[in-house]
Amino acid sequence: MNGKSEIAERYSGLYKENIDKISGISSPYINSFREAAFEKFRELGIPTKKNEAYKYTNLNIFFDHDYKSYFMPVTSDFVKAEEFRCDVADLDTHGIVLLNGFYPTINEKLRQLPTGVWIGSLNEAAVRFADKIEKHYGKYAKTETDGLIHLNTAMASDGVFIYVPEGVTLTKPVQIVNLVQSDEDMFNQHRNLIIVEKNAEFSLIICDHTLSPQKFLTNAVTEIFVGENAHFDIIRVQNEHNAACKITHTFIHQERNSVASSNNMTLHGGLIRNSTYHYLGGEGAESYSYGLFLADKWQHIDNFVNVEHAFPHCTSNQLFKGVLDDMSTGAFNGRILVRPDAQGTLAYQKNNNILLTDDAKMDTKPQLEIYADDVKCSHGATVGQLDGDALFYLQSRGINKREARLMLMFGFAHEVIQNIKIEALRERMDNLVMQRLKGELSRCASCMVKCG
Amino acid sequence: MLIINNLKASIEGKNILKGITLEVKPGEIHAIMGPNGSGKSTLAAVLAGREFVEVTEGIVTYFGKNLLEMAAEDRAKEGIFLGFQYPIEIPGVSMVNFMKTAVNEHRKHKGLDPLSASDFLKMMREKKEMVEIDSKLANRSVNEGFSGGEKKKNEIFQMAMLEPKLAILDETDSGLDIDALRIVANGVNKLKRPDNSFIVITHYQRLLDYIIPDVVHVLYDGRIVKTAGKELALELEEKGYDWIKKEVENNIIA
Repeated sequence: MNGKSEIAERYSGLYKENIDKISGISSPYINSFREAAFEKFRELGIPTKKNEAYKYTNLNIFFDHDYKSYFMPVTSDFVKAEEFRCDVADLDTHGIVLLNGFYPTINEKLRQLPTGVWIGSLNEAAVRFADKIEKHYGKYAKTETDGLIHLNTAMASDGVFIYVPEGVTLTKPVQIVNLVQSDEDMFNQHRNLIIVEKNAEFSLIICDHTLSPQKFLTNAVTEIFVGENAHFDIIRVQNEHNAACKITHTFIHQERNSVASSNNMTLHGGLIRNSTYHYLGGEGAESYSYGLFLADKWQHIDNFVNVEHAFPHCTSNQLFKGVLDDMSTGAFNGRILVRPDAQGTLAYQKNNNILLTDDAKMDTKPQLEIYADDVKCSHGATVGQLDGDALFYLQSRGINKREARLMLMFGFAHEVIQNIKIEALRERMDNLVMQRLKGELSRCASCMVKCG
Repeated sequence: MLIINNLKASIEGKNILKGITLEVKPGEIHAIMGPNGSGKSTLAAVLAGREFVEVTEGIVTYFGKNLLEMAAEDRAKEGIFLGFQYPIEIPGVSMVNFMKTAVNEHRKHKGLDPLSASDFLKMMREKKEMVEIDSKLANRSVNEGFSGGEKKKNEIFQMAMLEPKLAILDETDSGLDIDALRIVANGVNKLKRPDNSFIVITHYQRLLDYIIPDVVHVLYDGRIVKTAGKELALELEEKGYDWIKKEVENNIIA
């Protein structure tokens, strides 16, 4: 038996042992996907480097490990989680805390905000809003190659549900804080579904935190529907310790004339893989995909982006940057697919990386598949050191070399950060990145884990 | 103030400066003219402390100190300013942050406390008005997306902020239309004091209609081949550089 099937067998065992427990707390509709998804997972397995989309990322060290899986939090844990407060000054949000992938049991499992927006537990929504779930759940997270998405469909039991009705503008963002905290090594999976109806406007912030130093693996799927002429932004802030692995799959489905942006800010984490799928599913849709990561020590950060132009006159723009220190490694894989009908497509991609040491390593791979004629596409990737001319320019004004390097790195990062529209969050990101670049710890004040 | 004695320098093994001797006294404006490739920008680069230029011989003293041993940032803090021929674009670094850092480094060097945010903004406002630059430029990233003229005006603005003792303007006039040229020249004239000096490097006489030099040098093939008063600039404009080249060649033959 080779290593790969051994790992797959372990997850098969886990599935069989736990499926009754998982199904017991989930809705019949969500359960109806599980068996087929599990079969698909058994067929595809955990992605290895042979999978083109995972070519530069070795997941085995996190999957080949005995986790005390499916820890179901108890009320007292949720009380602690509820007490968690995001310390970003002036950041006014509607907050949700997920503890180890589960929605709190202590308060209302679904609540309605003044504008008619619903936020709460996916499980609960599957019962209360069966029509909406049946219309959207499992419709966007589609893959023929990534077994992890099927593993999530097979085994995830809860997550966040958000429903923004037609024409509603929610001025205050919703903030989901994903807390991972346990006395034991833990593998958790959760599933979010966000529905933004026609002409609505909505921003979502997702913060990933680890609150205890155990080994953690998270495999999360988020499906997002952005209706016609709707505006949607998602900003993900990741601050996890070095023994944590976070794998996120975000699917953004856009209808005509909608505008959506995604911004992955990875400040800290042992192994992080963010896959972002943008589907431009109607004429005139615009999508923006941003990402910034700072890595050091043995950290590995992998961003995978898939932009699919399926209709005419859509615009997409990707900007991803990385700063790599010590012996850290990173990967960027940006795919642009332009379908034959997608005439008048504009699609741009930029990936720039700075290596601060000789041992740091970055792999970057653009992948353009264009089947339409009237298309403007550009892509560019750089991996290099700081610009010597720019460094001298700053020094020639009296700024010492260390400070000048810091300013350049900050400026490099700020080009991504400046796309965050929420001012308080943008300022916090600037500060956290500056601290991190200075070699200070960039954790949020409420974080107890010394990430080192 | 500045004494350059038999300065020789090379870039990647190629000799560019072949023995330059020059003295600049407080309050003077020196123009350095010369055809392309004569070594004008290399001289500016050596004075500002660019590391890719290798000084092979000679001495440069600045207020009695060995300039060549000083790091670029220390030269700046001691009052040397280089106006770049091609100012660098730095995306993501705001002009405000850039200038605040630079001004406070200069203040620290002089033993002064950093400026408060309001005092700094007031200073920015005054200097912007003084050098007539669009106040919006200062809210953007350093030189990013600036036109050629805006970049050059921004150099003059930075000079106004840092109040150097010795400003070296490397072809600040090239590529400028007449309005931009006037703004650049006015900036220099307003900043001129009896105790500070300028080295104006230019290919064209035009700038010297607005900035009146005390001394004009002609640099050719890495050497200063002629030094005279401001009338030399006019002569060069009229006759071009060919007669200088001929004179130099005749001298070598003779």
